Amino acid sequence: MTARLLHAEWTKFRTVRGWVIAMVTAALVTVLIAMWAGSAGQDQCGGAAGGPVTCQPDVPLGPGGEAVTDVFYFVRQPLPGNGSVTVRVTSLAGVVSSEQLNGPVTAGLQPWSKAGIMVKASSRAGSAYAAIMVTGGHGVRMQDDYVDDTAGPPGSPGPVPAASRRWLRLVRSGDTVTGYESADGTRWTRVGAVRLAGLPATAQAGLFVTSPDQVNATGGAPTEATAVFDHVSPPGPWSGGQIGANGTSYPALSGRFQQVGGRFTVTGSGDIAPALPGPADGYVSPEHSLAGVFAALIVVTVVGTMFVTAEYRRGLMRVTLAASPGRGRVLAAKAIVIGSVTFAAGLAGAAAALPVGARLLRANGKFVLPVSALTEVRLIAGTAALLAVAAVLAVALGAILRHGAGPVAAVIAVIVVPYFFASPLGVLPPGVADWLLRVTPAAGFAVEQAIARYAQVASSYTPRYDYYPLAPWAGFAVLCAWTALALAVALVVLHRRDA
Amino acid sequence: MKQSLRAEWTKLRTVASTGWLLLGTVAVTVAVSAAADAADLCTSSAGCRPDVTRLGLTGTDVGQAVVAIVAVLAVTAEYGTGMIRTTLAAVPRRTAVLAAKAAVVGGLTLAAGGAGVLGSVLAGELILPGRGLTLPAGPTARAAAGTVLYLILIALLSLGVATAVRDSAVAVGTVLGLLYVFPVLGQVVASPAWQRHLEQAGPMTAGLEIQASTGLSQLPIGPWAGLGVLAAWAAAALVAGGLVLHLRDA
Repeated sequence: MTARLLHAEWTKFRTVRGWVIAMVTAALVTVLIAMWAGSAGQDQCGGAAGGPVTCQPDVPLGPGGEAVTDVFYFVRQPLPGNGSVTVRVTSLAGVVSSEQLNGPVTAGLQPWSKAGIMVKASSRAGSAYAAIMVTGGHGVRMQDDYVDDTAGPPGSPGPVPAASRRWLRLVRSGDTVTGYESADGTRWTRVGAVRLAGLPATAQAGLFVTSPDQVNATGGAPTEATAVFDHVSPPGPWSGGQIGANGTSYPALSGRFQQVGGRFTVTGSGDIAPALPGPADGYVSPEHSLAGVFAALIVVTVVGTMFVTAEYRRGLMRVTLAASPGRGRVLAAKAIVIGSVTFAAGLAGAAAALPVGARLLRANGKFVLPVSALTEVRLIAGTAALLAVAAVLAVALGAILRHGAGPVAAVIAVIVVPYFFASPLGVLPPGVADWLLRVTPAAGFAVEQAIARYAQVASSYTPRYDYYPLAPWAGFAVLCAWTALALAVALVVLHRRDA
Repeated sequence: MKQSLRAEWTKLRTVASTGWLLLGTVAVTVAVSAAADAADLCTSSAGCRPDVTRLGLTGTDVGQAVVAIVAVLAVTAEYGTGMIRTTLAAVPRRTAVLAAKAAVVGGLTLAAGGAGVLGSVLAGELILPGRGLTLPAGPTARAAAGTVLYLILIALLSLGVATAVRDSAVAVGTVLGLLYVFPVLGQVVASPAWQRHLEQAGPMTAGLEIQASTGLSQLPIGPWAGLGVLAAWAAAALVAGGLVLHLRDA
């Protein structure tokens, strides 16, 4: 019975040429918009006319395979075998550059400006490391391999610079690096221990300072931080050097160090963190290639709505319900058929759009942040599922309202419009926009977020840069919950009203 | 012409949904505008949007969707029921039918849009007292009157699209797709130049620049020029609709 019902609904879908064409169009439009978005960005890149595109940044990859920013000033010496480094940080201060090239700078320490000590596999940007540091606004932290961050003991954060007078120690033993901190240099607190697989016998160890861009809505202003260290152990000789390429557009800010007796003054700019899509660097999230999903969403909404309302309009619904009096079953069969068809179309569209878009973006000098295969599968399947659930929502609303205009407008109003309001084009303040993307069905777009957010990295975590307030599957669950609610209402309405 | 106007007016007036939808237009416009005003109650200047006039008319972004439904239904409901054949038998001049529909829908939008805009402005004065008054009256008046014109043009665009495609779901999907997908696409394209072009070409992004009261030089397109872009879209849709009406049997 159920199989026959599904077969009937499938036949109804398959034999309407316009709907089949629309579904193919939904898949095609996803790919076409990905191609367009991938190739339309070219004029942002510099480079001489006719010459090679130059804005493809040379982005190092971290030990986990993710793109990283590894830019700081490092005062180092080789650390043969096991050993330790101890310093006292006596001050940390910073400046922010102005918008103009080589313009004046203003005082201002960033919350995630970092000064401390590090054990690093090599001086190559992107190599494994473990570090313990004082920060501008988050106290003592121990970080390793770009993505991990451990807060120091509570009480250590405090106003800068008075409380930044901290003792820090890193101890290497085999592959394990342990970080300690102390207020007086005698009573030490263990902050954390990390295992750096494959740390070479002779690692690089020393003092480092870096300071990330000050993030605002439209971009970032480079900053630099200066820290003073004393009680440095082991004794020298120390040599200073820049790790990673510094921001080339602001030559005013560059790393340096000065040693007067046992006192080291180190200045650095940059960050040691995962590379994220954001206003500053021009890195692109792979999700960028899924922009066409908005157009596809509208197409599948129209088809989903018509799958129900056309039957009411033609009177076919009465035949359907006469042939299969179980009204809930009819609704379920319709939802299953339209959901499966949309999922298939979405899967095909997203699976083609993602690699094609990324390829074109790369060809045009953009750096597309690498993601794991699992994340790519989630992006493709998630996009297909997002479209499928939206189409089912349209079916439910079509069954409730029975006319075409309302359901289509409603689905667009609850999925596309909140996203639009949350974007910079909407006039809403960020707090309200985030809230919209949490409670409305538009939360489902979170399933397309490719790059994780990191609490220890200051960035612009907005939909403009492919970030959503909810975790991917949580956001998708919000969309599913709304759809389930709509289906429940549709079921009640279908039972209560004559067709 | 007078008779076909009257016929169209009667058809729209006697359908219950028209009244509710027009009421919905006013309610949604005022409610969303007021919510945007309330959300902007901030003390620091950094977090505040400078263009209070535009903020106070945020409801247009959603209210236009209801206007589009009204205009679409004015045409597609007739195709859904077969009424269109009676209409065209009574008024064989098809252009006259379309013109009469445009006039009636435009008039209704003028009323509902006017009420919505008036309510939004009053809500803005109530929620953000004083802030609206500090602005020069000229741009505010242009924004308010322009928004009503904008809604009328959206109604005409929807009417044209609906006449061309003849189905409610497809027509509403097409119109709202045109309105909302342009700005969303502008966001994802990395190039600022393309973003600007998309904002200049999109019926919603260009048309809504009429609401700008400050920083006119930084807009992708001037207020009246932007409304002109939307008018071109509406005219194109009406011409397309008119052609389909002439060439195809109802």
